[in-house]
Amino acid sequence: MNALLRYASPILFVVVIATFGVLSPKFMTADNALNILVQSAPVGIVTIGMTFVLLTASVDLSVGAIMFLAAGIAGKMLQADMSLSVALGTMLVIGVASGGINAAFIARLRIAPFVVTLAFLFIGRGVALTITQTRAMNLPEGFLRLGSARIGGVPLPLLIFGMMLLIAHATLTRTPFGRQLYALGHNPVTARKAGLNTSLLLASVFLISGFCAALGAILSLAQLGAVSPKFGEAYEFKAIAAAVLGGASLFGGRGTVLPGTLLGVVLIQSVEAGLVILNADPYLYPIITAAIIFIAVLIDSGRNTLLERLNRRRIRNDSAQA
Amino acid sequence: MNAMPAIEFSGISKSFAGVRVLRGISFKLGAGRTLGLVGENGAGKSTLMNILGGNLLPDTGLMVLGGTPYTPQGPTDAARAGVAFIHQELNLFANLSIAENLFLSALPRLGSLPWIDRKALHDRTATLLGQVGLAIAPDTLVEQLSAGERQLVEIVRALALEARLIILDEPTTSLSVRETETLFSLLRRLQARGIALIYISHLLEHVRELCHDLVILRDGEVVAQGSIETYDTPAIISAMVGRSLTRLYPERRGTSTTAPLLEVRSLTQVHIVRDISFTVHRGEVLGIFGLMGAGRSELARILFGLDTAQHGEVRMGDRVINRGEGPRERMVRGLAFLTEDRRHEGLCLEASIADNLALVSLRQHARTPLRLLDRNTWQRAISTVRAAVRLTEKVSDAQSVQTLSGGNQQKVILGKWLLAKPEVLILDEPTRGVDVGARFELYQLILDLADRGAGVLMISSEIEELTGLCDRILVMSQGEIRGNFPRAEFSREHLLAAALPREAHA
Repeated sequence: MNALLRYASPILFVVVIATFGVLSPKFMTADNALNILVQSAPVGIVTIGMTFVLLTASVDLSVGAIMFLAAGIAGKMLQADMSLSVALGTMLVIGVASGGINAAFIARLRIAPFVVTLAFLFIGRGVALTITQTRAMNLPEGFLRLGSARIGGVPLPLLIFGMMLLIAHATLTRTPFGRQLYALGHNPVTARKAGLNTSLLLASVFLISGFCAALGAILSLAQLGAVSPKFGEAYEFKAIAAAVLGGASLFGGRGTVLPGTLLGVVLIQSVEAGLVILNADPYLYPIITAAIIFIAVLIDSGRNTLLERLNRRRIRNDSAQA
Repeated sequence: MNAMPAIEFSGISKSFAGVRVLRGISFKLGAGRTLGLVGENGAGKSTLMNILGGNLLPDTGLMVLGGTPYTPQGPTDAARAGVAFIHQELNLFANLSIAENLFLSALPRLGSLPWIDRKALHDRTATLLGQVGLAIAPDTLVEQLSAGERQLVEIVRALALEARLIILDEPTTSLSVRETETLFSLLRRLQARGIALIYISHLLEHVRELCHDLVILRDGEVVAQGSIETYDTPAIISAMVGRSLTRLYPERRGTSTTAPLLEVRSLTQVHIVRDISFTVHRGEVLGIFGLMGAGRSELARILFGLDTAQHGEVRMGDRVINRGEGPRERMVRGLAFLTEDRRHEGLCLEASIADNLALVSLRQHARTPLRLLDRNTWQRAISTVRAAVRLTEKVSDAQSVQTLSGGNQQKVILGKWLLAKPEVLILDEPTRGVDVGARFELYQLILDLADRGAGVLMISSEIEELTGLCDRILVMSQGEIRGNFPRAEFSREHLLAAALPREAHA
């Protein structure tokens, strides 16, 4: 039981891939695999940021709004004939700044992350709709070229995604900062007692999440070629779902970027791609995706109940059986 | 041996809300020596150690640590000064490795790069573990360790912080015999290295085995101190119990009958309680005495269906309660439970007195076809029960319960259960944090209940109040019942002796 819970994500992954592989021969091709990976890049990068947030037992509901806000402003700048690199730089700055606003309310004023980022979801989206006057904006050629560019034969979005995965993985596993995030997520009170600057740690994950949202927005725009009023919608849901599917716990302290986040994102993207290949009724997509997410969350809470039972305080020492 | 004491307390006093919990504590501990700190629950041990550990500030008094004045403003100050406090609840991160736990706030880096120097981290941890004779790989995740190993890691962490004084609070509670031996051999190495230890335990054999000096606290005062050899166990017990002021207890009018109301047979839950059997009779006030961590509250939670037990049987009247029945079903059977944590588990603090009182009996007032609340009968019930528990008349029904004193809050909880007309009432520390005047009224209410034919199971850490109120007292320790004293055999010394944990024999 314990092992089943521990390896739930990879097991689920293999089951889903195998199911689609059996149902459709086209699914198990190199082309399709590459396609799924490239498609995964934007939501994957947002999910990397979300994984950092979830590790601290927080949540960031504002990532979709940050994406739209950054995209809307960049779109306006490009319409005003400003250069692409300035627009892209501005998007990243907006991402970090938005994360900073979240961080200030959460880490300094100690307001629940759920509330702060939910407010940002609506306010950020509202501001962006005002800026774009709720109209779709087409983006210049140059933006689209980012999406189709290849470096050494590897599609640029995939390259960026891969680099982000490696950097995030190294940060979480090999730096004091990363390890301290795990400690904070496990028990914030103990973390403070251990001399960690818990406010700073908490603030930084929202900055990271804001940055990742903006970078994800850039890659997504490069695939879409336009900013629509629905841009970034439901990304918070997808990112949380992918992170949890990859083994991150909503209760904090548990989760990895490699293989976790990668696995979760590719899993969600595979389901969508598989359903397209199978020509499934589009109305089925959300139901099937939701069912898979439900299973993942169920496993997460099952894992936690089990851990809680194992860690229950003992009054006496009985031999393990009895 | 160093002549300078490792720590010296002089005249430490501390009050909470006007209640003196420590008065003029003075004693000292030499470097490399180990001091056993013993006393009943509430004697002031935790408060004193929290002052030493920087969690609390003393009202008056001085501490001198290794020759220099010591005034910690927080746990970080204490850690910096070389004082480590190892709590019963361990402060480890189960999701990190041993090495990461030891050096979390100061992980070694590769030069000025942001990366952790994993080799240095590994080597330093291995050295520390080696020094204390622990053969565990530094990369092992803490969640893979047993309770005993975690305890040892916690001590090694104190060493990593270069602690010179380590406080241990009941470190052996959840350890097996072998783990306890390992712990003690580790502590002896620390003694040899000149580290001073303060060892808090109710397990007097362990105190005797490990400690050089002894300090006994009672009611916030040092009642005895000196070399451990000068005290035998009966002398320690009688110093712990002492003679405190006699309180008055209301007179009991009725008497206990022999009609069983609640019968418990061989209740067992691994690591929690073992083979618990007893009966609460109609009209009886049955006390359960025990020290902190004896398993009394855990037993109460099992009886009320909040936790489960693997074996055993619970009967109410002539019916067996099924294992799967939760609090709701057990309430219907006539069981009520006043928890030890009145603020979090007993009350909805923000809600009004009326809402709290009506909480468990709401269904009785939902009589209309639509199951809407009948405000009239509801209001009548609340007025009646307010009078019955003699709740202060100065507050209105609509006032939130958090504005009430501890005693009045407890009356609200009692009133809430009275409205459900229970057959058996389980009371867990009902007078904790309640002042003397309100206590008397609570005692009166408890006796009235028994006189009217209910059974009362009263858990308390105060021998005094149990001997004053109960018809019979059970003593629990280490999750077992260790004594059953009828009123004629009440003796403070015997009760406490039964409550002290015993060394396990493998």
